[in-house]
Amino acid sequence: MCLAVPAKVLAIKDAVGTVEISGVTRDVSMMLLPEAQVGDFVLVHAGFAMQRVEEKDADETDALLAEMHGAPRTVESLEETERGYEG
Amino acid sequence: MAMKDKAAERALAQELVGEIRRLAAQTDKHLRFMEVCGTHTVAIFRAGIRQLLPENVELVSGPGCPVCVTPDDYMDKAITYAQRDDVVITTFGDMLKVPGSQSSLLEAKTAGADIRIVYSPLDSLQVARENPDKKVVFLAVGFETTAPTAAATVLAAKQAGLTNLYMLSAQKLVPPVMHALLNDPQVQVDGFLLPGHVAVITGTQAFQFLVDEYHKPGVVAGFEPVQLLRALVRLLQQAVHGEARIENEYEDVVRPTGSPAAQRATAEVYEPADAGWRGMGIVPLSGLRMRDAYAAYDIERLLPLDIPMGENKPGCRCGEVLRGIVTPQDCPLFGKACVPTHAIGPCMVSVEGVCAAWYKYGQGRFQYGK
Amino acid sequence: MANDKVTLAHGAGGKMSHELMEQVLLPEFGNPLLNELHDGARLQMSGQIALTTDSYVVQPLFFAGGNIGKLAVCGTVNDLAMTGAVPRYITCGMIIEEGFPIKDLRTIAHTMREMADLAGISIVTGDTKVVAKGQADGIFINTAGVGDIIPGTHISPRAVKPGMQIILSGYIGDHAAAIMAGRHGLALPDYIKTDCAPLASLTQAMLAVAPDIAVLRDPTRGGVAAVLNEIAEAAHCGVLINEDALPIHPEVQGVCDILGFDPLYLANEGKCIAFVPPERTEDVLTVMRKNPYGREARVIGETTAEAAGQVGLRTGIGGIRIVDMPLGNLVPRIC
Repeated sequence: MCLAVPAKVLAIKDAVGTVEISGVTRDVSMMLLPEAQVGDFVLVHAGFAMQRVEEKDADETDALLAEMHGAPRTVESLEETERGYEG
Repeated sequence: MAMKDKAAERALAQELVGEIRRLAAQTDKHLRFMEVCGTHTVAIFRAGIRQLLPENVELVSGPGCPVCVTPDDYMDKAITYAQRDDVVITTFGDMLKVPGSQSSLLEAKTAGADIRIVYSPLDSLQVARENPDKKVVFLAVGFETTAPTAAATVLAAKQAGLTNLYMLSAQKLVPPVMHALLNDPQVQVDGFLLPGHVAVITGTQAFQFLVDEYHKPGVVAGFEPVQLLRALVRLLQQAVHGEARIENEYEDVVRPTGSPAAQRATAEVYEPADAGWRGMGIVPLSGLRMRDAYAAYDIERLLPLDIPMGENKPGCRCGEVLRGIVTPQDCPLFGKACVPTHAIGPCMVSVEGVCAAWYKYGQGRFQYGK
Repeated sequence: MANDKVTLAHGAGGKMSHELMEQVLLPEFGNPLLNELHDGARLQMSGQIALTTDSYVVQPLFFAGGNIGKLAVCGTVNDLAMTGAVPRYITCGMIIEEGFPIKDLRTIAHTMREMADLAGISIVTGDTKVVAKGQADGIFINTAGVGDIIPGTHISPRAVKPGMQIILSGYIGDHAAAIMAGRHGLALPDYIKTDCAPLASLTQAMLAVAPDIAVLRDPTRGGVAAVLNEIAEAAHCGVLINEDALPIHPEVQGVCDILGFDPLYLANEGKCIAFVPPERTEDVLTVMRKNPYGREARVIGETTAEAAGQVGLRTGIGGIRIVDMPLGNLVPRIC
């Protein structure tokens, strides 16, 4: 039940945003994402903008691919896991 | 987010599949990963991912289709309201064919009921404005992703002073039903592909209990083929090493704390309540009920109906399919008495249902080689 | 005309009916055969003929790039073209709802004439009925058509054999996307509109270089998926297509992503699918690409001996899935 698509915000007026999805435009409600600005990419579900899409910078390392290519694993929250397991 | 270059996508997918195979070869265990999102179920089938996985990695589908798990009695209520002359029903297209105990909304529509398909719950506001002498009832089904849109619609109706818009609510919550699954000794799952768009709202934090209480790994996944494969690699890494963490492979839209505005809207209008799931019965605190402050928007309080909760159909094994205990093929009705055009069980009623996806995309009946 | 709406009197067969014919329809449709205004048209045909009929009930009646009249002529022309015929004559039956604007009727008739001219055919006989308000939805149109079968061609699903190539004439789903977008508040750029077009010139060029084309079909209702399934079943062959080979405009894919549709199931009104012996593929593609309705023609898959009756799709990442027969009306879904 969770089809959602990324869209670019073209205009915002009175909490209604005009967004573009692959060249298709539609008005959506910005009620649930008041912080969105014109130019942002947002995730649209059922006529509402739900979240800002923050695409990674092109030069940011892709951790998963780096690991697959031999970099050491970056296991960030293993301590928490261990604690949780014991608890 | 779709990858522009098809060749690059295919090359990356092949690399990821290779990594999945390499990791799977490191264990002699049979690993079962569950996706608890119907949109994932469909995306996995559409991309043909199951055929690419090694023998010892199995994907099972959980109760992730909110249309499927909406019980008979809800549909019976919706149909009963629809048959009133003073009611207009607005609904997502998904709900039209879902059977109640006797008939479906589609049959009610054919018989003359005013039922309108909307893309957004907000479209109901316009219908309410245009029909001031009618009660406009939106069928509010869905998980955490969709609940805020229904809540926001109620808030917008209140702000606009509309007094003829109502909700018939059957919102469901994912973490409580995952608790119910994991507390069931029959359920054997080694990790979860976590629902990306539910996590957009709840944040990854809502799934930490998997680690803390059950020592199960979970990875939040997007819906593109490559995003799904990436999440599977992350799950395998954990499973092979016996680890349990919540990881996020859908970082561009999923944050640890989710969407505060959406959570606030839902919490303003709704409160958690026990809820009935088709095939699974009552699951504690797994649904949402409208708060007393918004009773004026609740059609069930304006026009109460006394309709008993439905019973499972004889022979139907959806209750086990929804929990990943058996596959659709194990059900004697699958593909015979129970097909998409004549669905008997909940898993066949919606395109996102487990059985419907198996049937539509040919799992277990198609003859092309791997 | 005296007033600007169609009335029940226009369908009663008297003076008013005559007026509607003389002042609205004949100025557009007029030709020597029709101008006889006899009970039927006397036609000269040669040899084997193809005969077809179809009724058109689309809503909205006017949409991006066309109207119901365009569909009514092109649909029947294309049905004839797909049987391997040169379309010759068509009929036009209209059922009009009382109160329908005369202006709209003129527009529809004008479009029908334009399309008939484009397809090189004449509208040779017709009928007009008017029904009371509420008994029709604006206007319904039925057309029937006859054409001469091109000698030496034998279009039949049973002629499809394993190892044939499947050619698609261009981008899919534009027609349905244009109509669906209108219904659901989606705005599309101007260049995404109905693909509705008469395809007889295209199919004649194809059959001229490859009279042994096994089957031609236009993927209308049910889309490419329905056509491929029907042929696979009728021919007892498997069909395997490549996802990456399917031409889909990004905007059409966008409409599908938003509303939860699969482009393979979207209706087209100006596309054709051909099952071609592999040694003919290059010749067929060459002539197709010279025709305005076949510029984007390409091979999308092939027939196989395995998996008889089934349609498989090789996905972008290398998996395979079934493409099932469509189940019913497309309704937007949220999940």
